[in-house]
Amino acid sequence: MALLEVNDLQVNYGLIRAVKGVSFKVEQGEIVALIGANGAGKTTIMHAINGIIPKAGGNVVFDGNDITATPAHKLVGMGLAQVPEGRRIFGELSVFDNLKLGYYCKNDAKHFNEKLEEMYTHFPILKERSRQIAGTLSGGEQQMLAMSRALMSDPKLLLLDEPSMGLSPLYVSNVFEIIKQVNKLGTTVLLVEQNAKMALSIANHAYVLEIGNISASGTGAELLGNESIQKAYLGG
Amino acid sequence: MNFLVTLINGLSLGGVYALIALGYTMVYGIAKMLNFAHGDIIMVGGYTVLVALGTSGKPIFTVIACVAAIVVCCILGVTIEKVAYKPLRGASPLAVLITAIGVSYFLEGLAQIFFGTNAKFVKIAEMGILHIGGLSIGWDTVITLLVSAAIMAALTLFVKMTKTGRAMVAVSEDKAAASLMGVNVNAIITVTFAIGSILAAVASIFYLMRYPTLNNTMGAMPGIKAFTAAVIGGIGSIPGAMIGGIVLGIIECVFNSTPLAPYTVAIEFAILIVLLLVRPNGILGKKRREKV
Repeated sequence: MALLEVNDLQVNYGLIRAVKGVSFKVEQGEIVALIGANGAGKTTIMHAINGIIPKAGGNVVFDGNDITATPAHKLVGMGLAQVPEGRRIFGELSVFDNLKLGYYCKNDAKHFNEKLEEMYTHFPILKERSRQIAGTLSGGEQQMLAMSRALMSDPKLLLLDEPSMGLSPLYVSNVFEIIKQVNKLGTTVLLVEQNAKMALSIANHAYVLEIGNISASGTGAELLGNESIQKAYLGG
Repeated sequence: MNFLVTLINGLSLGGVYALIALGYTMVYGIAKMLNFAHGDIIMVGGYTVLVALGTSGKPIFTVIACVAAIVVCCILGVTIEKVAYKPLRGASPLAVLITAIGVSYFLEGLAQIFFGTNAKFVKIAEMGILHIGGLSIGWDTVITLLVSAAIMAALTLFVKMTKTGRAMVAVSEDKAAASLMGVNVNAIITVTFAIGSILAAVASIFYLMRYPTLNNTMGAMPGIKAFTAAVIGGIGSIPGAMIGGIVLGIIECVFNSTPLAPYTVAIEFAILIVLLLVRPNGILGKKRREKV
């Protein structure tokens, strides 16, 4: 059974139906990408899965549990963590406090220290800056913090919403390298990206979203080689 | 010497304002609403003290009365949030504001039904004068100062050091991101109302020690002044509310000791207006960018 199953998901955005019956699956161990233009409904789908915005129809099954009506704050404890669009780190708190909040759903000082060391090994810059107020980090460093904050909870599935947004090209390839590593270490990844080329190059499986509907799907390589997708999303 | 006494007096009154201002500022920071019924929690605390004291002058009843006020105010604050504000989560800020004003009138009306409109005299405790180094200060002033300072220190530590405190900061910054961390935002809002109301209850006891007359609108003046203090300090900022309250208390006591005493309240609000012209976000307020 798939780790995440989204069936006929519908979401309203005010009076507009922004997501019109979307279904897809994320298998254990995979990197799955949702690509599509601005306004196609990618972030809306992420927020609906996480219960931050209500669903108008359909259901979501995670790890064998129906989480359609589960409130957002219970999901991270079940193993579903998200790096939201725009990073949304807590800018008034220190880097360390942000990481502590990433561990909020759990209560195990020893395990916390292990996770913290793990993050500091992956992201040495965060160790250097652990006492610094997070709002003063650069955009790339904030993305590192947002990712490690989500990884602190040891998630089974990591949702990544536009991790490359607003980053310099150097940081973008850096972030995608990290995503591959995280996945290799056993975390399943669902990735939403406007940078379709990058996303498809690391995805096992991908779905193309067009104004609230899935218009194409396949392996990352298939979609990369697909002519119409190249024209629409990959700059020719 | 006289000025020193005035200053200590001002710090003490400022402590009371700061305790109330913390309720406004924390609720604003977490729930993004102005709880205009907060002043009336002070009034309910006052009547709770009156009833619990009864006619007995025994000191043990003073303790019971203080504990009763804290418990009653805490339950009241949490109940108000559940019944009146929670259903409006996500509604327009104006609807929430009008509701808060409605709750305020409701509480004042309720108190009028039970206790009438005549002012009642409340004698919480018989306290002497402390003579120290040539200064004579009322023990009530000293106790108010020490207890409110201790409470503020404890609150600061609570917010900085505990898991719940960190969650409060996170919720005040970004509710959705906080819930992605596993923070139950509704529970944090409840905790915030509980803390704010407990602080209001403590403030009501100290306020009555200083001004021992009680009627159904007695919360209005300390409420609006503490709100002013919260705005001066920068609404949403916890240290800001403390500074704002203390500044306001000192201003009040200083002007009360001069021939300008009848104009003290006018001067306080004039200072608010001038300060907001110079620093629209208050002393420690942040410039908030509205996120789209």
